[in-house]
Amino acid sequence: MEGDIAQMGQFIGAGLAAIGSGAAAIGVGHVAGNFLSGALRNPSAAGGQTATLFIGIAFAEALGIFSFLVALLLMFAV
Amino acid sequence: MGKIFFWIMVALAVVSGFLFAPEHAGLVIHPMDQFEVKPLFGKGEIGTFTITNVTMWMALSVVATIALLVLSTSKRATIPSRAQSIAELAYGFVYKMVEDVAGKDAIKFFPYIMTLFMFIVTANFLGLIPASFTTTSHIAVTAVLAMLVFLTVTIVGFVKNGAGFLGLFWVSSAPLPLRPILAIIELISYFVRPVSHSIRLAGNVMAGHAVLKVFAGFAAASAIIAPVSIFAITAVYALELLVAFIQAYVFTILTCVYLKDALHPSH
Repeated sequence: MEGDIAQMGQFIGAGLAAIGSGAAAIGVGHVAGNFLSGALRNPSAAGGQTATLFIGIAFAEALGIFSFLVALLLMFAV
Repeated sequence: MGKIFFWIMVALAVVSGFLFAPEHAGLVIHPMDQFEVKPLFGKGEIGTFTITNVTMWMALSVVATIALLVLSTSKRATIPSRAQSIAELAYGFVYKMVEDVAGKDAIKFFPYIMTLFMFIVTANFLGLIPASFTTTSHIAVTAVLAMLVFLTVTIVGFVKNGAGFLGLFWVSSAPLPLRPILAIIELISYFVRPVSHSIRLAGNVMAGHAVLKVFAGFAAASAIIAPVSIFAITAVYALELLVAFIQAYVFTILTCVYLKDALHPSH
């Protein structure tokens, strides 16, 4: 597609897709905050769970990365 | 001492902001220009075997990895040098990760996972050198790494467990009417794995570098905000150092998780 309207649509779409990054930020903050509140209750068990923490963060982040990808595709590939 | 250093840096940032800021306003540095793939020699078209800057920086990260792991440990000093300690730390770190996350019987995949981790972490750190090229910011590079992991895990799963590997998709703890629906969801999430695996690494690295360049563009645009912008670059750069390591760690640990699924598919 060509033209100003199509370009406007691209930019608006990319901006809307960026909302997904904020949603992923909420998710990652939720994971990390819950880990911390659990870890401060029982600090001796926290050390062994850092791998689980990072796996949780990675899965929460994955969908935000998809929205980032959609924004990139709209900006540079469409 | 620290305070003096801090104020010297402040003065330098302010002065450099006024010295190097060009007169014309606007975003003069496009944040995506740094990811352009160019042929290393000449200006021809890029074919399959053209040596580009991606090739060069990937080769450099392989050379740096070999130098770190082979040369530094070749002396085998009882009191390790700094390079030897880093090599030993990296080995122990990845070994423990494979053992803890993927289990004892995944140890025979340790060389592969160690290679993955060292390549990604070196490529990420080399990409943080100013004016260098970040190979892991390209989905083409990370997609190959992720597809290799995906194929390895799938083949290992079927070789080890035969058709029992399909039990990964059949959630036996769920109620029976729900299981076909869950199986479809599990199947989709299984095939999305290489996509999210590769885009997570490339997206994080690319976004971080683009943010650096956006702030650099602000610094170039106006002399008044240049000092603030240069400080922001410093802060984001520190964050990027952290991200470079954490993303390599996440890539490796997810490989371990997938490997554990392949070795023990019982859901």
